[in-house]
Amino acid sequence: MSMPFYVAPEQFMKDKADFARKNIARGRPLVATVYADGILICAENQSKSLHKVSEIYDRIAFAGVGRYNEFDSLRRAGVQHADVKGYQFSREDVEARSLANLYAQYMGNVFTHEVKPLEVEILVAEVGSDDGSDQMFHILYDGSIVDEDRFSVLGGEAEAIATRLKDSFEEGWTLDAALRAAAKALSGPDRAPVAADLEVAVLSRANGRRAFRRLDDERVSEALAG
Amino acid sequence: MSLPMFSPTDAPGPSFTDLLRRVGLDPFATVDSSGGPATFELRHGTTIVAIRYADGVVMAGDRRATAGSSIAHRTMEKVHAADRHSGVAIAGAAGPAMEMVKLFQLQLEHYEKVEGAQISLEGKANQLSQMVRSNLAMAMQGFVVVPLFAGFDTRRGVGRIYTYDPTGGRYEETDFHADGSGGRDARTTVKLGWRANLSREEAIELAVSALWQAADEDSATGGPDAVRGIYPTVATITAEGFARVDEQEVADRFAAVIVRVTPK
Repeated sequence: MSMPFYVAPEQFMKDKADFARKNIARGRPLVATVYADGILICAENQSKSLHKVSEIYDRIAFAGVGRYNEFDSLRRAGVQHADVKGYQFSREDVEARSLANLYAQYMGNVFTHEVKPLEVEILVAEVGSDDGSDQMFHILYDGSIVDEDRFSVLGGEAEAIATRLKDSFEEGWTLDAALRAAAKALSGPDRAPVAADLEVAVLSRANGRRAFRRLDDERVSEALAG
Repeated sequence: MSLPMFSPTDAPGPSFTDLLRRVGLDPFATVDSSGGPATFELRHGTTIVAIRYADGVVMAGDRRATAGSSIAHRTMEKVHAADRHSGVAIAGAAGPAMEMVKLFQLQLEHYEKVEGAQISLEGKANQLSQMVRSNLAMAMQGFVVVPLFAGFDTRRGVGRIYTYDPTGGRYEETDFHADGSGGRDARTTVKLGWRANLSREEAIELAVSALWQAADEDSATGGPDAVRGIYPTVATITAEGFARVDEQEVADRFAAVIVRVTPK
């Protein structure tokens, strides 16, 4: 009679976490920060069509790093959840907090019960009615959730990038200033950020009902030059 | 509510109505029709107009809803933005019509967000056609909804107008159309005044006088209500998108029409 190998639960979980962390760290990072009119999300992404940053609902955006097919299916589920909820209740009742909790539940569940954890980190951001009420939820591969109110960094080299961004962060800065700092934090001291390598979007209070807008390369270059 | 995760082989895709069916909220669930036609008085919406002009399309609709011979509502909105570059106006049973507008708006927005791209104008017109057809069982009982769809085709750079019948039949109109109980009178008025490449002001004035004539002949169509300050809804759809015409401008246009039709 054969005996299955015994693996301690600690070891089993650690292996899964190492696997997820290693693969997420290989991906390109992403930065989100609050600014005067809302929230700016800036990702390193050379593709013009496979987006890392997307609209979920009127005031909510989604961003993901890691394995594209995995965070894209999370994004779709988020849009579906938000649209059904808004249809069933009211547009005002759709909020980032409850969606972030659902994501955390789902990702935690996959981490515990499936053979392979999700190799993604995601961000759910919601712009509030005034500055100070913006919310960002950073959700990790194992379902742990962090609530951040100034800025958030996802993906590889997150700690180094966060340190750089922390040094330049200013309360109530303009979009251009925030974008310059975010791009600099992403690229590091050794190279200059280029618009073509960035995917940039904002959730802005100035945009009316649907707060989400992408910024094109021209607009990003203008801000980087400024 | 749970997170709707579907396997890739049976996901509802970018269709919002399919998604609603999957989560048990079928918006067109058939009702028990054994009782025959409805015996209560329904709220009805009435005259809607769409006119093509140089920059796109003008849409207009009166504000009255009736139930039998009584006025049920004086400020109903019948012209709505469907998305940035299109609008939908509705005539027929008010309840299902408003629900259809809401679903249609959500359908377009949902598709745009899930797919990261807009549906073509013809695609939008087809989506609306499928919704009208889904309502057929209700239409047989008297809950008829007849929308009028217009938009700016950003790929071709022109304004386009689509009309529907209660079975979901979809017909593209070349220049203009009007629907609802006062539709015939409105259509005749537009026909007499229409020419190619009207200016924005001319097109708005033509739409407004069509509504005036419809209200003059049809008891279910509301005219301008100067006492309460309620004026029909007028909107333009151009390359810049859907824009409501300011209520004061509509009031001024009506004043001009009234001067013109007053016997000297």
